[in-house]
Amino acid sequence: MLRQLRTAVRTGIVTEACAPVGEIQRIGDRLASEIVRRFGRSLAIRQVDAGSCNGCELEITGLIGPHYDLERFGLHFVASPRHADCLLVTGPVTRNMAEALRRTWQATPDPKLVVAVGACGLDGGLFRGSYAVVGGVADVVPVDAVIPGCPPSPAALLAGLLEALGRRPR
Amino acid sequence: MSIGIAVAVLQIAIVGLGAPLLVGTLRTLKARLVGRRGPSPWQPYADLRKLLAKEAVVSTTTSWVFRATPYALVATLLTTALIVPVMTVRPPLAFAGNIILLVYLFMLGTFFLALAGLDAGSAFGGMGSSREVAIAALAEPTVIVAVFALALRANSIDLGRIVERFGGEPWLAANPAHLLAFAALFIVMLAETGRLPVDNPATHLELTMIHEAMVLEYSGRYLALVEWASAMKLFVFMTLLANLFVPLGLAEPTGPTTALMGVLALAAKLAVLTTAVALLETAVAKLRLFRVPELLAGSFALAFLSLMAVFVVR
Amino acid sequence: MTRLVYGVVVLLGVAAVGLGGHGMTGGGAALRLPSVLPLGGLALTLDPLGGLFLALIGFAAIPASIYAFGDAAGARRGRFAYAVFVTSMCVVPVAANTMTFLIAWELMSLASYFLVLHDRQSKESVSAAWVYAVMTHAGLACLLAGMLLLGADVGSPHFEDWRAAAPTLTSTTRNAAFLLLALGFAGKAGVVPLHVWLPLAHPAAPSHVSALMSGVMIKLGIYGLLRVSLDWLGIGPPWWGAALLIAGAASSLIGVLYALVEHDLKRLLAFHSIENVGIILLGIGSAALYRVAGFDALAVLGLIAALYHTVNHAMFKALLFLGAGAVVHATGTRNMEAMGGLIKRMPWTAACFLVGSAAIAALPPLNGFVSEWLTFLALFQNMRLEAIGQNLVFTLGIASLALTGGLAMACFVKAFGITFLALPRSDAAAHAHEASRPIRVAMVTLATACVVLGVGPTLVIPAFGSVASAVLRTAPDAIGGDWLTVRVSGQFASVSTAAIGVVLAGLFFAPLVALRLVGASRRTRAYETWGCGRIVQTPRMEYTATAFANPFKRVFDFFYRPTKRLDIEFHPESRFFVERIEYENPTRSIFEDWLYRPALRLLHAGARAAGALQSGSANQYLAYILAALLLMLVLA
Repeated sequence: MLRQLRTAVRTGIVTEACAPVGEIQRIGDRLASEIVRRFGRSLAIRQVDAGSCNGCELEITGLIGPHYDLERFGLHFVASPRHADCLLVTGPVTRNMAEALRRTWQATPDPKLVVAVGACGLDGGLFRGSYAVVGGVADVVPVDAVIPGCPPSPAALLAGLLEALGRRPR
Repeated sequence: MSIGIAVAVLQIAIVGLGAPLLVGTLRTLKARLVGRRGPSPWQPYADLRKLLAKEAVVSTTTSWVFRATPYALVATLLTTALIVPVMTVRPPLAFAGNIILLVYLFMLGTFFLALAGLDAGSAFGGMGSSREVAIAALAEPTVIVAVFALALRANSIDLGRIVERFGGEPWLAANPAHLLAFAALFIVMLAETGRLPVDNPATHLELTMIHEAMVLEYSGRYLALVEWASAMKLFVFMTLLANLFVPLGLAEPTGPTTALMGVLALAAKLAVLTTAVALLETAVAKLRLFRVPELLAGSFALAFLSLMAVFVVR
Repeated sequence: MTRLVYGVVVLLGVAAVGLGGHGMTGGGAALRLPSVLPLGGLALTLDPLGGLFLALIGFAAIPASIYAFGDAAGARRGRFAYAVFVTSMCVVPVAANTMTFLIAWELMSLASYFLVLHDRQSKESVSAAWVYAVMTHAGLACLLAGMLLLGADVGSPHFEDWRAAAPTLTSTTRNAAFLLLALGFAGKAGVVPLHVWLPLAHPAAPSHVSALMSGVMIKLGIYGLLRVSLDWLGIGPPWWGAALLIAGAASSLIGVLYALVEHDLKRLLAFHSIENVGIILLGIGSAALYRVAGFDALAVLGLIAALYHTVNHAMFKALLFLGAGAVVHATGTRNMEAMGGLIKRMPWTAACFLVGSAAIAALPPLNGFVSEWLTFLALFQNMRLEAIGQNLVFTLGIASLALTGGLAMACFVKAFGITFLALPRSDAAAHAHEASRPIRVAMVTLATACVVLGVGPTLVIPAFGSVASAVLRTAPDAIGGDWLTVRVSGQFASVSTAAIGVVLAGLFFAPLVALRLVGASRRTRAYETWGCGRIVQTPRMEYTATAFANPFKRVFDFFYRPTKRLDIEFHPESRFFVERIEYENPTRSIFEDWLYRPALRLLHAGARAAGALQSGSANQYLAYILAALLLMLVLA
């Protein structure tokens, strides 16, 4: 126990600064509205894997680590869509997961945002046109923004989320 | 009479408004200890404000019990805020009850929360309820026996009077019985408020959840009330520990100065306790669920030893 | 005709309440009819303690009989036995000599035997009635032996003569009488290990009868224990109080532990009766010990706690049994695993059952909390006693009472949650109907009584205090306070459930108002339960009672000694596909395995050995007669 605490003290804070501007593709105009203003200080994110290859998930996992630390901006991940404000959807929506994604979206209380991640989220990416895939996330639930990349790096994800919320990182 | 009302309002304000700050500080400390910048200590206030603006999605399976539970939880915890000595030795409802009432008020809250967990009809909720009531039941003997040990030395079971007695005679408080009782109650606090090593408040895995599993169905204003209530539970427990065992800075409520002194003393004591809990949570891993009864049995053994210490010394 | 019988019982109940109240406040009465019965005749005396129990029986009989008005089918069968049952129960607390007492006692047992045998077709009922008959008559034998012993020693069968002669008894007689009488009464009260008949008999009887059996009949066992340990035999040695305390601690823990793993709703309630009898014994035991040590005020406190809990338990247990009866009637089953979602179809029953559950779980501000609080305080003040052995016994009592309180809460979360909440687990539950009006009236009456006894302890404690001090023959000053607060032993502790009730109610509505003021969103949307996006959401996905009790089974497995049975049926074509899984995780009763089965085996062996005497040969029988005659001639 003491060894762990000693390591913690010696290592110090390793969080990196966030990029000043994020790259996102806006879909629709809800982002500019007051919904976003409401989520400026606190956003609960529920990540939904709609059939992805898990490359995006690996990058998303980096966000909760000490280097990228999304909690410092008031964002945090939650387990239940009932607690969530934003659905972070990865993957081309496969036919098996389309209904599940729809139900998750219905289970999330209004007002809510949907951010699709990666090329798959935009239009199916690498798997576009496959028999097992419905299309991009926008074909199943209304999407507010897409963070491009295959996969987008944690820094890009973080900057993109903040851009979607209209926030400039300190 | 008017002093009583003023103290009551002040205690409710301190507990109600201070609880999110306590939880926020704990989260920030834990983040710093693992090398992250972490959220600001004021983050829980922003979270609660946002939740109040969201709609509540209520499951069709549930009944009025589900919707009434958040209000019942808040009611029980604010009532405990009036019984525990927060910043004076004369809590407003001291005449209305003592540690036994306190323990059973917590159980009232747990009762309703467990029912709400079952009401949703999901396996997660039932699992959370079952585990939560098991832990609450096993933690109860420890609290009663440990406070009995304290009551023996103070010759009263009224919380205000215990604090008064020990405050007036500090050397009475520095003996092995007290240390053992403190250790026992500290473990019970971790168990009842759902902190590591009993329950991980930040877990996302439903199979490892205890408290979180029961609130998976809540959203919007209901979730805000439930989160606020659980923050208040942590605050009240820590206040109880701090003021029962280190009753410095507490005095009769004669005016604003005594109140201010009490608040500052409480803030200092809570800061120390929060740091201790943050250090402990960072250093230990969560216990397997069926090892928790062993931990609670150990805490009961500590409480029993403290009682024996009191009997032997007498 | 049925209605007439039950109506008469209601009137009898009202009369009993009136008479009992009169007795409690000190107005005594007596009735002597020497020629009606042998050995002293019929003698009835009304004193404060008897008055309390009489009033309790009367008050409990009223809702139980009203329930019968609403349950026509179940009420027809045993209506006369029911009337005899209630009448004989009313006679027991006012009986003033051996014969009256024992005849009333036996009538009560016989009448309840017939009521337990209600459903003659079911094997379970028949065996339950048999076990009940055997245990109750074994208890009667002990009572008879004890009372005759005492009567022979004192020279009179009247209880007041025993009271007067108590200081002159030899210690052997006193202890022997205590042992025999306590065993007999403890068997009736359901104290561990003499409790095995309770979980069999109470579920088998119809619900209004179970309510009375659990609510008042076992209290008559408590009544007997009170008389024996505090009244008829004077002040006994400390081991009496210690034995009662230990028996109480054991009963309360064992009762609630068995209740936790029980899925038959009525059997669960029966085990809780054992638990609450244990709590009452904690109060009586502490009263006995304090009295020996000379702390009369504390003894009165212990006795008040015991009496209060007796009354409270009668109220909430009767309420719970009537609610269970309504549920069983509506769904056709006693098994909790087949219920669920009843709160939407039976809202009144659910609300009353919730009040009963909260009361029995000792949650403030209801009545269960007040009497447990008083019991805790009676136990806490053992620090005045100097003997470390006694302090340890009290500490054991405190720890077991604390654990019991927590486990009882857990058990009733299970009972209420699985039965009433979420989705129905069977078709019968999905089509359940609300209880009829008489049943609802009965339940609401009892629920109101629970609430009143909870927030108004200051109204009833003076009455209990005067009864307790009359029994112990001392001044009633253990509990003070004003209309709002109950104060115990001066500055030691105080409680005000009325204040707590008001504060809780106010703070319940305060957030509603505050949210309105703050401008929180009031929108609500209904949607299905979150099931991880699963397409199908059925009742099979709900938590079951077995699963709910699982943590307890594992923690206390040294006590339950559960056995596991797992049967898996595979598809005939491939072992990778499973057709059916059957899982059973029953617990074993240590009392049956270690106490009753060996005792029965011994009894059978002894009977077989003695059977050698009955050889069937007439010559041998003539030889026996000759031998007996010779023996009598030699001895005479």
